[in-house]
Amino acid sequence: MTRIHDMGGRFGDGPVVPEPEHVKFHADWHPRALAITLACGTLGLWNIDVSRHARESLSPKDYGRFSYYEKWMAALADLLVETGAVTRAELEQGVSESVSNLADKRLVAAAVAGVLAKGGPATRDSNLAPFYAVGDVVTIRAMPENVMVPGGHTRLPSYAAGASGTIVRLHGAHVLPDSNAHRLGEAPEPLYAVAVKARDIWAHPEHPEDEVILDLWQSYLSAP
Amino acid sequence: MRGKCGLGLWTFVNVRAHDPPMPHDHSDHDHPHSLLPSDPALRVKALETILTQKGLIDPAALDEIIDTYENKIGPKNGAHVVARAWSDPDFKAALLDDADPVLAEMDYYGRQGEHMVVVENTDAVHNMVVCTLCSCYPWPLLGIPPGWYKSDAYRARAVREPRKVLAEFGVTLPEGQAVRVWDSTAEVRYLVLPQRPEGTEGLDEAALMALVTRDSMIGCGLAARP
Repeated sequence: MTRIHDMGGRFGDGPVVPEPEHVKFHADWHPRALAITLACGTLGLWNIDVSRHARESLSPKDYGRFSYYEKWMAALADLLVETGAVTRAELEQGVSESVSNLADKRLVAAAVAGVLAKGGPATRDSNLAPFYAVGDVVTIRAMPENVMVPGGHTRLPSYAAGASGTIVRLHGAHVLPDSNAHRLGEAPEPLYAVAVKARDIWAHPEHPEDEVILDLWQSYLSAP
Repeated sequence: MRGKCGLGLWTFVNVRAHDPPMPHDHSDHDHPHSLLPSDPALRVKALETILTQKGLIDPAALDEIIDTYENKIGPKNGAHVVARAWSDPDFKAALLDDADPVLAEMDYYGRQGEHMVVVENTDAVHNMVVCTLCSCYPWPLLGIPPGWYKSDAYRARAVREPRKVLAEFGVTLPEGQAVRVWDSTAEVRYLVLPQRPEGTEGLDEAALMALVTRDSMIGCGLAARP
């Protein structure tokens, strides 16, 4: 297992409850939580993989009981302290001790549209050539763990670990989250869409032809 | 007394920005977030106050972000793409072949949609999208994800029992149609191109757009019938 966020295939969660398209938020503070998180993300103190890892590093008890935006807020507070942008005393007292030396980097209203439109592409040049081609059969790493950092971030879900699959797409070289989440460099690698038969990962597949397709980095894969 | 909750008894952990932070597993009370008020609304308010005072956020920028996702970016964008693909075979071929330049041309490029792949439903295959590890979703085309997409139930069940999940949306697939569930484990975002409903031959792009539901572009619904 990796961590509590890795819940694909888990039993016992109950029904999925559809909702109408006009519902955007479920509490007044939700849009604020979203906007604060996005605005802080533009300060350049962390990357998307660091922020995902911060959410996953919430204790299983907190992760389980927190709603979606509560997880965001908790991870944001943890990251702000970890990077020194905010102190523990400031969080506890609810007031700022001093203006940040990053204040000139804050996202201003006029820049919002441009920043959201620009995004943050994850494709990079890589000197690693793709080992696999569409149609190749591969084996997914048996251990759904970060092999560089014990307990570290990975994007290999445990339900697919050890399964065989078929390459259906090559996405080009993408930043490797297992490295980037720990500020060990972007380490780009070829990224593939890999199709796994439902019958190869579940004891009771719903249909013999159903498949799950995952995006997996080259170092997650080996030749069978 | 170490480890008890009281300011001054905390073990402070200072992580410098240039050190690679290792995974940091603490008891619940060691996480800095536990210093904030426990009520989530007050927690957000407290963070916004501190960050504004420190000059790290601009409240007007927050308003702008909220306005963008409440009013400007939503499933209409995706519906526009789908209706055009239903109407124009060359556009559809280009979209399925390499979506990014096609979407950039329509001004639907942006945060959480930097690497798009469009997957087409056919009589043989029904596609469905999930993110089991968090809640990755094509924001420039669909806006922010609905509550159910982010729920534990959807994340846990979509990969194991997609047909049972579809039934909860009122969708039953024919036995001959296989399900392909795309788990968004990287920065690639997926949009489902639903099947064009029967009886829509004479409809123009605007009329077709009205039939394209958000859920049909995630693969949890079908396009509406006119």
